[in-house]
Amino acid sequence: MLSVLTDNWELFREGFWTTLRLFLVSGVLSLLLGTLLATFRVAPVTVLRGIGTGYVNTLRNTPLTLVFAFLFFGAAKMQLGLPTFFWAAVTALTVYTSAFVCEVVRSGINTIPPGQAEAARAVGMTFVQVLTIVVLPQAYRAIVPPMTSIMIALLKNTTIAAGFSVLEAGAIPAAMAERGESQMLTLLWITIGFLILIIPLVFLQRWAERRTAVA
Amino acid sequence: MRMRNLVATLGVAALALTVGACGKDGEPAAGGGGGSTTGDCGELHKFDVATGVDVPGSATFAKIKARGNAVVGVKADQPNLGYKDANGKRCGFDIEIARMVSAQLGFDPEKIEYKEIPSANRETAIAGGEIDYYVGTYSITDKRKKLVSFAGPYFIAGQDLLVRKDDTSMDAGKDGLKGKKVCSATGSTPIQKVKDEGLTEPNNISEFKTYSECVSQLLDNKTDAVTTDDAILKGYAANAPDELRVVGKPFSTEKYGIGLPLADKALRDKVNAGLEASFTDGTWKAVYDETLGKSGSAGTPPQLEKY
Repeated sequence: MLSVLTDNWELFREGFWTTLRLFLVSGVLSLLLGTLLATFRVAPVTVLRGIGTGYVNTLRNTPLTLVFAFLFFGAAKMQLGLPTFFWAAVTALTVYTSAFVCEVVRSGINTIPPGQAEAARAVGMTFVQVLTIVVLPQAYRAIVPPMTSIMIALLKNTTIAAGFSVLEAGAIPAAMAERGESQMLTLLWITIGFLILIIPLVFLQRWAERRTAVA
Repeated sequence: MRMRNLVATLGVAALALTVGACGKDGEPAAGGGGGSTTGDCGELHKFDVATGVDVPGSATFAKIKARGNAVVGVKADQPNLGYKDANGKRCGFDIEIARMVSAQLGFDPEKIEYKEIPSANRETAIAGGEIDYYVGTYSITDKRKKLVSFAGPYFIAGQDLLVRKDDTSMDAGKDGLKGKKVCSATGSTPIQKVKDEGLTEPNNISEFKTYSECVSQLLDNKTDAVTTDDAILKGYAANAPDELRVVGKPFSTEKYGIGLPLADKALRDKVNAGLEASFTDGTWKAVYDETLGKSGSAGTPPQLEKY
């Protein structure tokens, strides 16, 4: 059973390394884009709210595979230049995950009593200060568990990139089948690999919850 | 109203940034990219269904008999080999071989239940009894022989290159690949060969789930060559003869076999005998000419390997 892993170690190492890079890059980018979209959705400007709502409802209801297919095949047909396959995959994962991050951040913002923002403005804070010093830090504290779930989902969603020329963990079974290795054991090792990646996220969530606890 | 203004400024600035980042233009394509890689299935070959067939000691045959029809694993996206058209009709050389085997075993080929099994899942599907046999560009290799058994080969193919028609830079075959972008199916043997022999740079390799996706990339100038068995490539070239062609310098030998459950030697012998008969009585040649032969390449029946 171990030999399936050790004989094909370079395949697993390369695969999971790409998975990890995909996850970290698109994780950070979707946190940024998602937060920005959330500020759009709570903004007092109708146009911005419209953009935020339109974006979230479109991307959240589009299957991720379709987002990938559009970037890899649709964009090519429209003669749009693709960056490398890796960055195209990061783009697909980011624009998709951002919609979910946006909604979680927005729900976090909604937990903050309006009086806080009003009080912050009353002492002379600018909008950016109100958002970054008063509202968002409290909002993030409220959304640690759902945000962790979204990040775990993102980590697993990276496997879709295997179908689009990004050889991450999801591409391992195809190569292993050609090498004549057992599919069951391959999948077992991939599952273990994902557990190893996900468990630290769970601990990070617990730590963040304890650290930011109010009472 | 200060907050409202700030939000507007912030939002507009961010929007401009986002939009700006997406506006990267690509270079215009040299050739037209509108070629179709699909086609419709025509008439299928007529086989005489054998009567009074029995294969003693074959568990798979007993299963087929109890069910009344064969369950066959195939591919659906390979024109002229294993293909399913827009109307749901299946055709191609592999499909005809699957139907011929069914007829020789005494079961109406019209009643075959087809299952599309991706390359990576073939061994599992055969060993798990999900299908009775598999006909779908399945190369006989020593490693696979440990997991499934093979009747055949019924066809011998070789790894080749599919290129855009006006591109002559890879006419040397595999040695012309250096510096070229190559595409093939994820983890497939042909792409592993390209990697192992360093035929092109790692950054130039792209891998998609199906060859059709590679052909789409080729037509859109996103890759320079699609590599896999010439039989598969000729199928695509035949469907877009104005845009694509096969280089014609095969650099490997792929023996296509019919995948069977590992323990079922009785059925393997029976299928081998049927294949041998089709080689000599002209059935194989007729089926070939009706499918792969349309691409302009001649075909001869291979030598069986009875192990």
